[in-house]
Amino acid sequence: MDLEKLHREESGRILSTLIRLLGDFDLAEEMLQEAYATALQKWRVDGPPANPVAWLVSTARHKAIDRLRRQRRFEQKQAEIARYSEFLAQPAAGFSRGASDDPEGRFPDDRFPDDRLRLIFTCCHPALSEEAQVALTLRTVCGITTEELAKAFLVPIATMAQRLVRAKRKIREAEIPYREPSPEELPERLEAVLLVVYLIFNEGYLASSGDSLVRRELCAEAIRLGRLLCALLPQPSEAQGLLALMLLHDSRCEARVSADGELVLLEEQDRSLWRAEQIREGTELTERALRSGATGAYALQASISALHANAKTAQDTDWRQIAALYGVLLRMHASAVIEVNRAVAVAMAGDLEQGLGLLDELEQREELREFHLLPAAKADLLRRLDRMGEAAAMYRRALSLATNDVEIRFLRRRLAKAEGL
Amino acid sequence: MQYLMLIYDVEADWSKMSAVEQAAMYKEYGQFTQQISESGNHRAGHQLKPIATATTVRLRDGKRLVTDGPFAETKEQLGGFYLVEAKDLDEAISIAARIPSARHGSIEIRPIVARGETAEGKVA
Repeated sequence: MDLEKLHREESGRILSTLIRLLGDFDLAEEMLQEAYATALQKWRVDGPPANPVAWLVSTARHKAIDRLRRQRRFEQKQAEIARYSEFLAQPAAGFSRGASDDPEGRFPDDRFPDDRLRLIFTCCHPALSEEAQVALTLRTVCGITTEELAKAFLVPIATMAQRLVRAKRKIREAEIPYREPSPEELPERLEAVLLVVYLIFNEGYLASSGDSLVRRELCAEAIRLGRLLCALLPQPSEAQGLLALMLLHDSRCEARVSADGELVLLEEQDRSLWRAEQIREGTELTERALRSGATGAYALQASISALHANAKTAQDTDWRQIAALYGVLLRMHASAVIEVNRAVAVAMAGDLEQGLGLLDELEQREELREFHLLPAAKADLLRRLDRMGEAAAMYRRALSLATNDVEIRFLRRRLAKAEGL
Repeated sequence: MQYLMLIYDVEADWSKMSAVEQAAMYKEYGQFTQQISESGNHRAGHQLKPIATATTVRLRDGKRLVTDGPFAETKEQLGGFYLVEAKDLDEAISIAARIPSARHGSIEIRPIVARGETAEGKVA
């Protein structure tokens, strides 16, 4: 039994149950660590139990009972005594019958309750800052260590540790409940959960700095979370839309950066590097999400991504359909960035001048004044129209606004070409 | 657990309202207070007089410093409060969202430190 693998795959599930049983994030985490330590010694001698997950939960739970007993004896802690009595009054609550009397973990896995959904909803509670939601979800649901998190988000370990401590303290002190939201609350709360998963994905997908290997893991974790939500939610259509979007974007990850680390645009990517299996799954999921009533932005963006992913060549791309989908997205959610994308799609669908006109209009918008992708998009259309002088001016403008190193190098190469160098 | 709900609103907007509008607002507040009393959540609650009536006092080196105000830079002022009993933060949030001023102002929800607890939640 590979304990590390088990930790990676099952710690979220074990922790979610322990938090429910113990009513405390920190105590649950601590007891789980102790249970792992015991497992490390005991399993080496006796061999692993039939059901390692149940064994770990039982062991952690017994350690918690011992701990609370000791504390009760030495310090008269009112709150903990109350919790303790409640705890003893529900010896197998939520467990299959006899779970607590079965330290060998012989009962079958499917009778073991899955509390991860409530863990996810608690970690993604809107009363926590977005940063904290992201960190706490990765730490508790995905079992990523504080050190790894600090590395992935480019902050000192102490900062990340503090972020987690604060979040857990708020859950405890403000009494953020550990439960799944009611049907009335669900749409709003689910939106927050999906946003956290999407933020995790984008952190891995868009970032150009930091350890790229760690970054890639964030994409994998986000996809794992997406799969988990699809499996656990009673109405998974919006989550399916998000999972589809992530799978489709991620399918291109090997083609979008060249061997020397440079950005490769969709149009110029080597499509044989795209992961066909992921595209197939993402496309199927998109269709399933839309058929089952997904109306959210993720499913729509997944549809756009699927059109790109399924085009045999860049020329085969159904830009007309993509422009229409951006139009639908815009009606749902007014966003300057989506307007830029739509203008580009209109241009690529055959009318370069019209697309350019739309971008000219957008240039007047105050909120887009600092947005480097707007002059970059204009420059690209001007280049296609063979108006190289104007294109060069726009590349220079984009360069003055861009901050990302990979993008700056890309824009410089384009500028050099437009200047005929 | 008890939560204090601090109601922040733009005071100037209130004084700009017509008598009819103000009466409608009071009626709404009356209904809300009655609802949370009947549901057993209500512990206390009051509207505060305008910020112009506020006084601040500090004791420094045994000396009392009394000043007019505060006149903070913030756009919204504390205009009233409720003290409610709620099962958890989610219940508190759903109560706060029904406070009439939530529609234009904002409601700050603060958990109350229970007797025998410290601010960090440790049992003293």
